[in-house]
Amino acid sequence: MSTGQVRTVRKRILVTGASGMLGGAVAQVLRVQGHHVRTFQRRPSAGATDEILGSLTDTAAVERAVDSMDAVVHLAAKVSFTGRWKEFVDTNIVGTRTLLEASKTAGVTDFVNVSSPSVAHFGSSLAGAAAGEADPERARGNYARSKAVAELEALAEDSGNFRVASMRPHVVWGPGDTQLVERVIQRAKSGRLPLLDHGAALIDTIYIDNAAAAIARSLERMADARGKAVVITNAEPRPVGELIAGICRAGGAPIPRLHVPGWMARGAGSVIERAWLAAGSRNLVQDEPPMTRFLAEQLSTAHWFDQRDTQKILDWKPTVSIDEGLRKLAAHYGGIGPRIAM
Amino acid sequence: MNEIFPGVKEEYSRYVDVPSTSPIDSPGTRHRWHILDNLTELNERGIVPRGTLLCIHGNPTWSFLWRSLLTHVADHGLPWRVVAVDQLDMGYSARTATFRRLADRVIDLGDLTTALEISGPVTTVGHDWGGIISLGWALAHQEQLANLVLTNTAVHPAGFDLPAALRLASNPAVHGWGTKTTDAFLRVTHSLARPALKPEIRQAFMAPYTAADRRTGVANFVADIPFAPDHPSRPALDGISEGIRSLDAPALLLWGPKDPVFSDRYLRDLLSRLPQAEVHRFEGAGHLVQEDRDIATPVFEWLTAGNSTSRKAKNAARATGGEYRPMLAQLDARTEDPSVAVVDIHPPRSLSWAELGRQVNALATGLQQIGVTAGTRVNLLVPPGIELTSLIYACLRLGAVIVVADAGLGTKGMGRAIRGAGPDYLIGIDRALAGAKLFGWPGIRIAVTDLSMAKRKMLGVRYTVNELLDLGVNAKAGSDGFTSVDPDTDAAVLFTSGSTGPAKGVVYTHRQLAAMRDTLHQTYGLQAGSALVAGFAPFALLGPALGATSVTPNMDVTAPRTLTASALAEAAEAVKATAIFASPAALANVLATQSELSPGQRDSLEAVSLMLSAGAPIPEPLLAKVQALVPNARVHTPYGMTEALPVTDITLDGIQRAGSGNGVCVGTAVCGAQVAIAPLDPQGCPANEPCTSVHATGEILVRAPHVKDRYDRLWFTEEQSTSVPGWHRTGDVGHFDDAGCLWVEGRLGHVLHTAKGPVTPVAAEHAAESVAGAGRAALVGVGPKGTQAAVIVMESVPAVKKAGPASAAVSQAVRSAVSAIGVDVAAVLLVPALPTDIRHNSKIDRTALAAWATKAVSGGRIGNP
Repeated sequence: MSTGQVRTVRKRILVTGASGMLGGAVAQVLRVQGHHVRTFQRRPSAGATDEILGSLTDTAAVERAVDSMDAVVHLAAKVSFTGRWKEFVDTNIVGTRTLLEASKTAGVTDFVNVSSPSVAHFGSSLAGAAAGEADPERARGNYARSKAVAELEALAEDSGNFRVASMRPHVVWGPGDTQLVERVIQRAKSGRLPLLDHGAALIDTIYIDNAAAAIARSLERMADARGKAVVITNAEPRPVGELIAGICRAGGAPIPRLHVPGWMARGAGSVIERAWLAAGSRNLVQDEPPMTRFLAEQLSTAHWFDQRDTQKILDWKPTVSIDEGLRKLAAHYGGIGPRIAM
Repeated sequence: MNEIFPGVKEEYSRYVDVPSTSPIDSPGTRHRWHILDNLTELNERGIVPRGTLLCIHGNPTWSFLWRSLLTHVADHGLPWRVVAVDQLDMGYSARTATFRRLADRVIDLGDLTTALEISGPVTTVGHDWGGIISLGWALAHQEQLANLVLTNTAVHPAGFDLPAALRLASNPAVHGWGTKTTDAFLRVTHSLARPALKPEIRQAFMAPYTAADRRTGVANFVADIPFAPDHPSRPALDGISEGIRSLDAPALLLWGPKDPVFSDRYLRDLLSRLPQAEVHRFEGAGHLVQEDRDIATPVFEWLTAGNSTSRKAKNAARATGGEYRPMLAQLDARTEDPSVAVVDIHPPRSLSWAELGRQVNALATGLQQIGVTAGTRVNLLVPPGIELTSLIYACLRLGAVIVVADAGLGTKGMGRAIRGAGPDYLIGIDRALAGAKLFGWPGIRIAVTDLSMAKRKMLGVRYTVNELLDLGVNAKAGSDGFTSVDPDTDAAVLFTSGSTGPAKGVVYTHRQLAAMRDTLHQTYGLQAGSALVAGFAPFALLGPALGATSVTPNMDVTAPRTLTASALAEAAEAVKATAIFASPAALANVLATQSELSPGQRDSLEAVSLMLSAGAPIPEPLLAKVQALVPNARVHTPYGMTEALPVTDITLDGIQRAGSGNGVCVGTAVCGAQVAIAPLDPQGCPANEPCTSVHATGEILVRAPHVKDRYDRLWFTEEQSTSVPGWHRTGDVGHFDDAGCLWVEGRLGHVLHTAKGPVTPVAAEHAAESVAGAGRAALVGVGPKGTQAAVIVMESVPAVKKAGPASAAVSQAVRSAVSAIGVDVAAVLLVPALPTDIRHNSKIDRTALAAWATKAVSGGRIGNP
C-alpha cells in the first residue's frame, strides 16, 4: 500500500463493510499505518484480528462495534443497481443513522462516511464537475437516493468534537473487484458486452489502492475535511470504451465490438430493470440484471470531476496511475497490461 | 440585498416629483418620475463620484435596460453616479395624459436633472430614441457635458428610408393596434435580443407595460417619429442632428449590427456628425446590445482611461521613426521608365512603369471626379492583378482608404467585414457586384468590367472602371494635380482571417504601409530590379511600392491549392523572377504537380534567389522539398499576422538547426521590429509587462513602425490589444530559446487550462504527429477552465471515414508520446479531416474543434467536426 508510514498516534478505528473490496483495503491500509482496526460486517473479512459480525439493522451489534473506538470509517451499504426501496432504507439510511448515534454515544470523534458521487448527479453528462450537494429528490436509482439521504444526515451531525466527512470514490476497480471488473470480463467472454455510443464518453475512475489510501488519509485531514463531501478519483479521465478494453485485455477477454446507441441502451435498461425487479420479487433471479438504466447512463455519458479541491483538502495525490493499475490487474488475471510508457 | 427586478437592487429605485417647464403642461404641473440611482450607495461607501452617467432608454424599454452599468459600478467600487431614468409616460414614471413630443422630452429631461440637482460633469448615455433625447439634453447643457455614449440609435432619417419595421409600426392601419391595444411592439422588440432574453428578463421589460392604458407612451413614441419633412417634431430633430456637429465632447458608440431598425447606415451617419467618436461594433449583437453583450466594461474603461490618449497622440509618438517615403515614390520616380512593372498571366497583359503611373493617375482623377477624396472608404472586390494594383495605388494617391475583404473569408464573413467597414464605394468584378446586390453591401457600385445596360441596372452599378479612366484622361490632371496625403491618416483596412472569431478590420496609415514596404526591403533585399511572383496577396500589393516588377500567376486566389507547378514556373519565366511569395497550401500543390514541369520551366525556377512561404506555418519537410525545387534560392518563412506583417523571419537552415521543441521556431525579429513575451501566470493570464527572458511562455508582443494603427470600429478590442503600453498583443503564445529565437506555441485562446496549469498545444501536437500512422493533430481542452482534460483530435493515414475514439492501442501510443512532453491526454479522437480556415486552408479552427470534442467525449452520437 502506498501510504505505509507508521503514524505516531495509534488510533482505534472501526471499519464497517470490511468484507468488501474497498472496505478490506481501507482496513489493511490503516493496520499498516499502525492503527488498531476493528471490522464490522455480516461475513468474516480477511486479515481481521478484532472483528464483530453483525448487521447495521441490529442496534445492539452496532453499539458493541463502536464501543471504545476513536474513529469510524463507514463503508457498509447495500450496493446494487436494482432492488426494492425498503432494503436500501433499512441498510443505507437507518443503518447509517444507527451507527452515527451509537458513535456519538460511544465518544467517537471522527466519522468518515463513504458515499458516491451519484448522490449529487442526475443523469446528465459531467465534465470537470464539482462534488455538489447530495440531493435525494433528484438522485437516480434507489442506491444513490438512499446514499444521498445518509450523507446529508451524516454531514448534519458534524459539530464540536464529533467530526464527520463524506468521501465519494468514483468507480473503484482493481484485482478482486466483483462490481465492475469481473462483470465486464465475464460479459465480454460470453459476448454480452456492448459498447455504448462508441465508448467515447470520458469517465473518471479510481484504482483500489488510491481509493483506500485517500479514505485512510481523510482521517488525518479531518480538520480540513469535516463537514465536506469529497469526490475522489484518479484524476485521469479516460474514454469508457478504452477502459473497458483495458480491463478485458487484462482479464484475457475479447474486446467488445458491438456498438449500441446510448439512448437505445437506456431505454432497454429501464425495461430490463423492471422485468428483473418483478422476477426478483418472486425469487426467479438472484443476480444483477445485465443492463439497467443507471448502468447505461454511467456507460454512455461523461462522468469526470474537478479534483483540485479534493487534492488540497486531503493533501493527497493518487500514486497508482490507471496504466499501472491495469498492469496490476493483468498480473492478477494473467492477461495483457498496457505497454510501458516510454 | 433585495432585488426588485433581476439584477436591480431595491435601493436604486426611487421616485422624484419634478416641476414641469414644458409648454405642453400648464404652469405649476409636477410629474412623478421613476429613476434608478446609485447615489445613496456611493455615499454609504464614502465614494465621491467623478461624474454622473445620465442614461436614457428608448421605446419600448425602461431604466431596467441600464442595470448592468449600476451593477458594474457596485461590483468594482467605481466612482461614478449612474442615473437611469424612466421617461414620462414610460416605465414606472407618471402617465401624463399628454402627447409628449421630442422637444417636450428634451425639456422634461432637463427638468429632471434640475430637480435632482445634478452638478458636475455628465456623460449622457442613450439608446434607440433615447439617443436623440440624450443628445438634445447634451446640446442644452454643454457646460456640464463631459462625454457622449450612444448605443443603436439614429439622429436623422434624411436621405434614408424609414426602417421597414418602424414604417410598419407607424402605419395608421396597425399603429394603435400594434403599440397600444396589444403588446405586439414590445414583444417584437424583446425578440430582437441575440441570444434570446431569459424569461425573467423579458417579464421585467414587460412589467410596466402590461395593460393598454400603460402603453400610451409606447404608442405616442412611435407616432412622434419625424420621418416626414412636415412632421411636427422635424424642426426639433433637425436642430439636434445638426447641432451635434458642434459638440466636441469625446463620444463612444457601442453598436449591435444585427438591428433591423438602427442598422450600420445610422452608425455611419452618426460618425459623419461626430467624427471624434470611438466605435465598437459587437459583431453578432443586435438592437438590445445592452442585453446581448457586456457594455459596462468598455463604457467604464473608456471613461476611466480610454479617451485620455487620443489617436493623434499615439501617432505623434510613432512618427518619430525613420524617414517617410510615400508608397507612390517609386511610381513617381519612374514616369518615363519603359521597363515592365506589372504582369498578368491570365489573361496576358503587362504595363511598363510609365504606363502604370499614367493608369494610376487617370484612375485617381476619375475617382476624384465622382467624389472620392481623402478619407473616403473604397472597397476593392477585385482579384490580384494589374487591375487591383492600379486601383490600390490610385486610392493611395487620393488618400482614400482601401478596404480589402478577400474572398478567403467566405461569403458570410466577407459580408460581415464589408458592413463593418462601411465603405462609401464598392469596386468589384461581376460576381462581387452580384453579391453586393444580393446581400445589400454598402457603397456606390463601380464595375471593373463593362456591362450591358440591363446587367448594369440589375446590379445597381453607377460607374465602370473604364468610365473612370475616361473621366481621368479627359480631366488631364497629372500627378502634380494631387495634393499630398497626410502620412498619419488611414490608408487601408485589411481583415484578419477570422480563424479566431469574426474577421476584424485592421487599419493601417500611409506611414505604416510604407514601413511594411521598408521592412520587406531591408529584410529580404527586395528593391528596384527585383522581380517577384506574387502568390501571396498582401505582400504582392507592395511590388510597385518596392520598385520591383511583379507578376500574378494563373490561379484562383480564393483557393491557394490551385497554384500548380507549371503556373508558378510560367509566371517566373515571364518576369525572370528573382523572388517568389506563396502560401504553404499553394506550395504543397506546386510540389504535388512538379512532374508536369518542362526542363525550361525548371530552369526559370532555378534562377530564383528568394523563396518566401508566408501566411501560415509550414512544416519543415515540406519546406525542404521546396528548396529542392528552387535550389539556388534562400528559403525563408516569415511569421506575422494581419496586424503586423511580418514580425519575425527564419530560413530553412534556421528551422533545421532549431530542430524540434515546444512549438514552431519562427526565428528572430525582422528589421525594425521588436518582440517580447508577456509571461502567463498559473491561471493562464498574460502579464502586463514585456519580458525577454529565455524559456518563459507567454503572449507574444510586437512593436514596429509597421504594426497596425488600430482595429476598425472595435474600440474595446483595440484597447485590449494595446493594454501593454507601446506594444501590440498578438494573441499568440510562445517563448524565446537560448539563441534568442522565438517559438510560437499556439493561440492564447487555445491554451488549455488544466489542473496542472496552462498548457500550450503545439508541442503536444507535434508529439502526437510523430506516432506511426498519424496525420495532423490538434490538442484541445474539454471541461471547465482550471480543470480541463486534454484531448487529441487527429487525422490518420489512411483517413477514417467516421469520427470516433481511437483504438486502445493507438490511444496508448499517442498518450505515451505526448506524456513525454509532460501533457496527460485523456482521450484520442480520430477524424476524417480537421476543420481549417478558408483563407489559408491550414489554420485549424481549434475553438470549433474544442466545442466538437467536448460534445464527443460527453457521450451521445458523434458527427464529424
